[in-house]
Amino acid sequence: MSTSSAALDHSHDDHHHGPAKGFSRWLFTTNHKDIGSMYLWFSFAMFLLGGTFALVIRAELFQPGLQFVEPNFFNQMTTMHGLVMVFGAVMPAFVGLANWMIPLMIGAPDMALPRMNNWSFWILPFAFALMVSTLFMEGGGPNFGWTFYAPLSTTYAPSSVTYFIFAVHIMGASSIMGAINVIATILNMRAPGMTLMKMPLFVWTWLITAYLLIAVMPVLAGVVTMMLFDIHFGTSFFNAAGGGDPVLFQHLFWFFGHPEVYIMILPAFGVVSAIIPTFARKRLFGYDSMVYATASIAFLSFIVWAHHMFTVGMPLAGQLFFMYATMLIAVPTGVKVFNWVATMFRGAMTFETPMLFAIAFVVLFTIGGFTGVMLAMTPVDFQYHDTYFVVAHFHYVLVPGAVFSLMAAAYYWLPKWTGYMYDENLGKLHFWMSFVGVNLLFFPQHFLGLAGMPRRIPDYALQFANFNWISSVGAFLFGFSQLILLVVVIKCIRGGKKATDQVWEGAEGLEWTVPSPAPYHTFETPPDPSLIKDQ
Amino acid sequence: MLSKAKLWLSLAVGTLLMWSTGAHAAWELNMPRGVTQISRDTYDLHMTIFWWMIAIGVVVFGVLLWSIINHRKSKGAKPASFHESTKVEIVWTLIPFLILIAMAVPATRVLTAAYDASASDLDIQITGYQWRWEYSYLPQSADEEEVSFFSTLATSREEISNSMEKGENYLLEVDNPLVIPTDRKVRFLMTSADVLHAWWVPEFAVKKDNVPGFINESWVIVEEPGVYRGQCAELCGMDHGFMPIEVHALEPAEYDEWYAEQQQLALAEQELANAELSMDDAMAQGEEIYTASCIACHQAGGAGMPPVFPALAGSEKATGDVQVTIDTLVNGVPGTAMAAFGRQFNAVELASIITYVRNAFGNETGDLVQPADVNAIIEGGQ
Ligand code: HEC
Ligand code: HEM
Ligand SMILES: [Cu+2]
Ligand SMILES: [Cu+2]
Repeated sequence: MSTSSAALDHSHDDHHHGPAKGFSRWLFTTNHKDIGSMYLWFSFAMFLLGGTFALVIRAELFQPGLQFVEPNFFNQMTTMHGLVMVFGAVMPAFVGLANWMIPLMIGAPDMALPRMNNWSFWILPFAFALMVSTLFMEGGGPNFGWTFYAPLSTTYAPSSVTYFIFAVHIMGASSIMGAINVIATILNMRAPGMTLMKMPLFVWTWLITAYLLIAVMPVLAGVVTMMLFDIHFGTSFFNAAGGGDPVLFQHLFWFFGHPEVYIMILPAFGVVSAIIPTFARKRLFGYDSMVYATASIAFLSFIVWAHHMFTVGMPLAGQLFFMYATMLIAVPTGVKVFNWVATMFRGAMTFETPMLFAIAFVVLFTIGGFTGVMLAMTPVDFQYHDTYFVVAHFHYVLVPGAVFSLMAAAYYWLPKWTGYMYDENLGKLHFWMSFVGVNLLFFPQHFLGLAGMPRRIPDYALQFANFNWISSVGAFLFGFSQLILLVVVIKCIRGGKKATDQVWEGAEGLEWTVPSPAPYHTFETPPDPSLIKDQ
Repeated sequence: MLSKAKLWLSLAVGTLLMWSTGAHAAWELNMPRGVTQISRDTYDLHMTIFWWMIAIGVVVFGVLLWSIINHRKSKGAKPASFHESTKVEIVWTLIPFLILIAMAVPATRVLTAAYDASASDLDIQITGYQWRWEYSYLPQSADEEEVSFFSTLATSREEISNSMEKGENYLLEVDNPLVIPTDRKVRFLMTSADVLHAWWVPEFAVKKDNVPGFINESWVIVEEPGVYRGQCAELCGMDHGFMPIEVHALEPAEYDEWYAEQQQLALAEQELANAELSMDDAMAQGEEIYTASCIACHQAGGAGMPPVFPALAGSEKATGDVQVTIDTLVNGVPGTAMAAFGRQFNAVELASIITYVRNAFGNETGDLVQPADVNAIIEGGQ
């Protein structure tokens, strides 16, 4: 502690001091750039861990029959893979980007609540250590899917479920603190002249995402607490034998879960809306409608949750309501896609790695959106539900969707973070291997689902063999390609061609007015209002 | 392991094959059209929405591709400066909206039809268990016996562990299939005895969750006799992948014959319950039941997977007081994965499996349990 307070005292009289040295720099830091970097490294580590779990799954599914793992361990792998990817890889990565970029984009010196920022990061590694450690406990780790439906996750759960519940509580607390920080920063710390309707879309999408987080993470905390009571204190929230209702669990879970999927995709929209104009050298088309579309998607995301539950036996009126509401979400989502295409239309495009990932995002996310509209049609969803068609759908929106936008963001801002250009050839190699891999991996899963393969099974009937092995080949190709990113980042940190302040010819916005690499402290005095342009 | 080059080669060949033999089941690309009116309506909806999505995709990706080809800086393109147009934006908000309404109308119609489970000719209760199905034909009149049986995976463990060649219906075959008549409205009442399951037969377009403590409805009128297969579609624990569904749809006359036969069998079974079992019969039947219903948890040789699934070899509950063993099997151990088997098996079967557990795996207690002993516990009011 003495180091950090010394550093703080120091900063009053010296504006250009650097970070503290050694491990305590990272442990005690309240600097948004340090914390952003830690979030990004942490999420990349979780991405590799979750990816390893996925490869165990895909290795087992390479051929029919049981080869490598027992069914019970297989279920632990699907569960851990889902949990680690959602809560460990994608969400923290966007928080990392928010930390790094929001102050730079709105001309603020740091996040509004820097000590809480430190705290919200540092509890995460403990949450995940706790969760992953359950795999080594007697009886094994969580094996009930990332959706942890009761009573499989209560009465029938392995005893490690209690640790899982505490881990989820910690992750939830971390997310809520992160969200409060984002809101406080955006609402209070914008530079003079940075009106709301001049904020970059990444800032807008994060503002809205933060409200979603604050609204739904407490519901998740509530539902796991109810589980805890059912398991240890004799209540029967979800136990029919005691007067409870297992379907109530699903309503509560998806009231959190559906907004959760938008939490993972709205900031991605923001990233893509920053990158496409830069490399098309043309202003974003329909900025205002982008903001309104984001807000309406966020609103609608609260009233569609039961589209994940069309087969639980809801009354007809309920089914119809959730079908119509879900179909409606396609409209603002469509507006976004059309706007991105219109931005590229009659631009002057170049295709550096961030742009490649962003274009792939637009195409492949849209394919995931198409299957989403199909899934919204209740009677047809009876056929799609809980099959590989759903697995294909949500991976198209999450992997070439959310994850590709993260890759794009990393390449786009890496020169600003490190001060050096990354290796463009390696970047392109990474893109093309990922692109081919991801489609080989997930496209055939549409066919598997339609032909009748349920999800979450360790073994399957012979007619599913062909597409499964293609999918597994794609999985290994995609998985190992991600190591290229690691190489690119390490090389780029160690040196390379010096990056200019603006980095990209078409880049606009406050973050490109500071030097590369961005100094430890930026915008200690607000930027000149004339630098703030219309979006 | 194949070398990488070979993998790519076979992949290319595979893709070619895929287009040339589209009809072959192993390369099946699409949903079955099915054998009920609802399943065909569902299929048609699926195809309509699919073509709409393709059409939108062609337009959007077409413009995107065209821009990528023509509006690149390397070709000397100069960026235009437009960045909004209220007119265009209203148009591309309205068009998707109208397409969605056009889709919502038929979807509502099909859903409403699918939800009308009234006026059925026959009611069957489908109960999910970890990891088998129970089918109970609800008696239509007071003098009918209830026909009820369990349906369990018939694929052998050897096929699953790859020590034997896999049969044609690998993982999709059961010991006792559900039998239903064609051309009659059969209503299914879905529930569960433990966790969630979902009963799904693609050719019927029926998928409904089995929720413990609640009853869900669904129905079919199958139009073609035949064998239809499906699987459990809701994660229900370890052997979720191993509880398939097999339905035999028979012509009504054939079905009636089958049903009459089942009535006879149900009566005979009641008589059997009063009979005496021999040690050999009990052990033989017990071993069969063990392999089908217990081995997943308690493992071959009764070794178990401690600490989750206790070993039965040498277990106190399997070798001590015989009443305890009977109670464990009939009533299960509440709050654990050990289910109550009292309803899943009849008295003869229970007596056999209990005898087996008490004498196999070196447990040699020498006890022969009779159906009457089991009935005493069942009727003892538990
Ligand atoms: C879903 C997994 C599962 C299946 C299937 C299963 N059991 Fe069990 N069984 C258990 C568990 C778990 C326990 C321990 C319960 C406890 O905590 O007391 C147990 C306990 C027992 C015991 C008492 C052993 C002891 O030492 O506590 C016997 C006897 C037994 N089972 C017999 C059977 C038989 C016979 C079958 C097949 C008809 C069977 N079980 C099927 C999970 C299972
Ligand atoms: C290396 C890339 C990936 C591969 C090979 C992969 C593969 C898989 C597989 C095989 C399943 C199991 C499907 C099933 O049996 O139901 C699965 C489930 C899942 N995946 Fe992935 N995946 C990858 C990346 C991701 C990413 C990046 C995310 C999140 C952003 C993600 C989120 C999920 C979720 C939420 C589930 C559901 C888990 C559950 O069934 O409870 N995946 N994935
Ligand atoms: Cu949803
Ligand atoms: Cu199941």
